[in-house]
Amino acid sequence: MKNKHAPVNSYGMVIDLDKCTGCGTCTIACAAENNVSVRSDESDKQRSITWMQLFKITNGKKFPHTEVCYFPRPCMHCEEDGRGHHQPSCVSVCVATATKLDHNTGIVSQIYTRCIGCRYCQAACPYKARYFNWWDGYFPKGKGLDRYLSPEVSPRMRGVVEKCTFCHHRLMRAKTQAYAEGRRDLEEDEYITACAEACPAQAITFGDLNNPKHKVSQLIKSRYAFRLLERLNTKPKVYYLSTKDWVRELADNYLPGEFKPL
Amino acid sequence: MDSPLLPEGVKRCSTKAFFLWTLPWLGLLAWGALSAFLCLWKGLNQTNMSNVFAFALWIVFDLAVIALGAGAFFTGFLTYIIGKKELKNIINAAVIIGFICYSGAIAMLGIDIGQPIRGWFIFWHANIHSMLVEVSFCITCYLMVLAIEFVPIILENRQLNKIKVLHIFGHNLHETMAVFAATGTFLSFFHQGSLGGMFGVLYARPFAARDGFYIWPWTFFLFVLSAIAAGPCFTILCTKLTEKLSRKKLVPEKAIQLLAKISAFLLSLYMVLKIADTLGWIYGVVPKAGLTFMDFYREGPYGVWIVVCEIIIFGIAPALILLIPKARQHEGWLITACLMTCIGIVLNRFVFIVVTLAIPVMPFDRFWGYLPTWQEWGIGLAVIGYGILLFSAAYRYLPLFPKERELNPVT
Repeated sequence: MKNKHAPVNSYGMVIDLDKCTGCGTCTIACAAENNVSVRSDESDKQRSITWMQLFKITNGKKFPHTEVCYFPRPCMHCEEDGRGHHQPSCVSVCVATATKLDHNTGIVSQIYTRCIGCRYCQAACPYKARYFNWWDGYFPKGKGLDRYLSPEVSPRMRGVVEKCTFCHHRLMRAKTQAYAEGRRDLEEDEYITACAEACPAQAITFGDLNNPKHKVSQLIKSRYAFRLLERLNTKPKVYYLSTKDWVRELADNYLPGEFKPL
Repeated sequence: MDSPLLPEGVKRCSTKAFFLWTLPWLGLLAWGALSAFLCLWKGLNQTNMSNVFAFALWIVFDLAVIALGAGAFFTGFLTYIIGKKELKNIINAAVIIGFICYSGAIAMLGIDIGQPIRGWFIFWHANIHSMLVEVSFCITCYLMVLAIEFVPIILENRQLNKIKVLHIFGHNLHETMAVFAATGTFLSFFHQGSLGGMFGVLYARPFAARDGFYIWPWTFFLFVLSAIAAGPCFTILCTKLTEKLSRKKLVPEKAIQLLAKISAFLLSLYMVLKIADTLGWIYGVVPKAGLTFMDFYREGPYGVWIVVCEIIIFGIAPALILLIPKARQHEGWLITACLMTCIGIVLNRFVFIVVTLAIPVMPFDRFWGYLPTWQEWGIGLAVIGYGILLFSAAYRYLPLFPKERELNPVT
């Protein structure tokens, strides 16, 4: 049966972990693009806001067999909640309908001015991709940070949850441009996220997973493609590529003997 | 000094002694008020909650007091709907305990949300798919029902009862109490269940996720059952504590024993279903997520001991004590079993909230710890202080226990 909720466009991301050097440019570009506030002391990692978080994983072996892989983790923009309902885990639990899955784009949005800050969505997300504003936004004028603020993204107030939006404002901008030029459809490179644009190793590819012409829709067919915690059935729209078996194994939970190396 | 306000024919301590009794609880309230002020003014950074521990001590307190406050609706159901008349001797106390628990929980939730001013969005922009919406609607409505049930008890105060209009109003409210008891039962069934459902529907968190029936995960039914088993135990505990402190027999033993007996059967049924649910989870949900039971207990302080405590020590053991008539008729055993039941239910709520969040789902993520700040303790303990103050005042100024005069004739 055809899923009536299947998105027209399904924007997604493919991150090639073999190419990722762990430089962190994606996280910085994301924060700058999306007016993510910083604090003078960011050492409390349980409370810092990193829409694109970089995990460092290792194969657990001793030198000289140690291998390291950097694992960037944006919001997965899940399609389902894990039990076949066409709403991500965070969306179905939100009390005030402050987060929605857009069935036209596949993007999971967050309405900051409607969020009441109950944090139930954070409890529901297994990827820890949602962040609460424990403090008021901080953009010190004396240091010129206020001049870097993007007018396209609203800064968040204290007490609300925020997360990666796949730079939704860029989609709006591209759509406006296309509309002005009398087009309905966007070209592949017209809308990409800040992290994909900034990645010096070109490890991040962004596009429409439903469009067979887009590179992402071809990349996800690779035998090395996988998704994070795929067996939870949340159907994330962020895919990863890795030729290393141990990396793919660490991306999900497996019972002994379940994981099949390639 | 306040003797005109005291119920007729009963003995109460002096005003000075009562004032001294209230001091420590007023102290807790002051601590809570300062904590609440800081949290509202400076924000939730005053707590040790984090992006990992999005729910923490306050939600544990909330779920615990709501479960323990279930004695109100369940005793009301047994008294007015089933017709267990002997429970009329304890229903007032149950209602007040329920009112304290629910009002305390709602006050705590008001501070717990990041944008308290937007609290009404839950009703205005309600997401009907969210279990928390069902909880919010039901506990708000049920608090109103509890307030209505509380009013006739207040109107029985010696001075208020002298006012004819209030007397008639209170009497008529009494007559319609079955309607409110039925409404309360309906609302409570759904919010107790939804509180369980809240965690059972965390499908992407295998530690909490459960299968279920239609839209309700098994935790929905388990939370209802555990609340109606533990609620009466908490009512018994509060009554026994009041009896000990006032050195008086306040409720006929028959009513206490009836509640204890009903609680015993419900707790036993709950334990059977809880064990079945745990086995279903171990052999169903957990392996489907690629995990084993022991994977959840490898890191951090929450080992298998917590399962043993919840199911055996604070579950099966009190159920057995309460099931044996001779044991539950022995006051010491009765109090011990009721206390153990309440601890078991609080532990169950703690596990579903804190342990669920502490255990990472991503294999490369680590276990995180959490300890509440003094502000979090302040607000949690203030609810206890508020409860003791309100219950003490109700006992002092209202005919809380209808048989008190009969059981303790003033010579």
